[in-house]
Amino acid sequence: MAAELHVALVAADREVWSGEATLVVARTTSGDIGVMPGHQPLLGVLESGPVTIRTSDGGTVVAAVHGGFISFADNKLSLLAEIAELSDEIDVQRAERELERAKAEGDASAERRADVRLRAATGR
Amino acid sequence: MGAQLRVYKRRIRSVTATKKITKAMEMIAASRVVKAQRKVAASTPYATELTRAVTAVGTGSNTKHPLTTQAETVTRSAVLLLTSDRGLAGAFNSNAIKAAEQLTERLEREGKQVDTYIVGRRGLAHYNFRERKVAESWTGFTDEPTYADAKKVAAPLIEAIETDTADGGVDEIHIVFTEFVSMMTQTALDDRLLPLSLDEVAQESATKDEILPLYDFEPSAEDVLDALLPRYVESRIYNALLQSAASKHAATRRAMKSATDNAGELIETLSRLANAARQAEITQEISEIVGGSAALADATAGSDR
Repeated sequence: MAAELHVALVAADREVWSGEATLVVARTTSGDIGVMPGHQPLLGVLESGPVTIRTSDGGTVVAAVHGGFISFADNKLSLLAEIAELSDEIDVQRAERELERAKAEGDASAERRADVRLRAATGR
Repeated sequence: MGAQLRVYKRRIRSVTATKKITKAMEMIAASRVVKAQRKVAASTPYATELTRAVTAVGTGSNTKHPLTTQAETVTRSAVLLLTSDRGLAGAFNSNAIKAAEQLTERLEREGKQVDTYIVGRRGLAHYNFRERKVAESWTGFTDEPTYADAKKVAAPLIEAIETDTADGGVDEIHIVFTEFVSMMTQTALDDRLLPLSLDEVAQESATKDEILPLYDFEPSAEDVLDALLPRYVESRIYNALLQSAASKHAATRRAMKSATDNAGELIETLSRLANAARQAEITQEISEIVGGSAALADATAGSDR
């Protein structure tokens, strides 16, 4: 049996996803980090970016996470985010519209949010 | 129909209309309590994970942070009072305001200046009417607060505690809100939000006496704490807002239930009175007829003789 770690992706107002996984890749302020079972206890600050979770049944879950934390201990990984959305929850057309609008208005943080959403949704 | 009877009938009609309204309000509030409770439950995983993380950094490193260190002499403290925008909730708002006033008094006795921050139109109106100074206030979201609202409330408070007291900052932040204990019990209580006493937080989270692992901090313990503590404060305020909203709806439900019950009682009393008035009218009419016919009979009997 391949080693597994338990992942809980939690937003401020709901639990977005939880389950078993073999690998989690997230973006911290000092670069991308990959966590596999048996990693040493870790607490890091997340940047807004896509989070990739490779589930133990071979599937992949991608979520857009805007700020937050990653913490790992005892083979339990929690991703805390103020806002987190799974890729299939994201409305691509709306995100595209948001991106254009943010670009036009020069709103850097909104542009970044929309960009992260798009990248998570389309898998680019 | 007699004048008396008409007055009773009119009052019964008006009370019946009022009863219908309060009954509707009761049912709306009941459904909102459930929704608000669900939101409290949904926000719990985030809050517990965050508390765990704060405890981990606080106990796992010897980092000193302005948000966790107690000032030697506290000269100014901030009080955040959570009330509702709308009334019709029994003693809900006055209890919260009373708790805030007691806290303010206590702090002032200890020689501290108090800055008041208020959420909700009711609390704001109370302070404005008495012409007391309010540092900042927010209204319009107390029924269904979102995380963005909590962020909005938390921002100036965090800024105030990070500022030096000499430049108008504060040394500690207290929060007064109504805790949702159950459908029937809600208590207004005050709590010190900042500076955080890590022992207390550790006590709250250490339910199973677990030993916290030695964490690797990314990028560093200071940076993690820097980012973590404001989020922790926001999440505490968010939780307080949600509980306050649930309590408000529960209080409204209870107030409207007793209003409906009272209206029912009033209708019963008034119907009794109306019946009595109708009966009195009929009795009077009968006795008038009897009296009239007797007088007539007497008169004709007299003329016969």
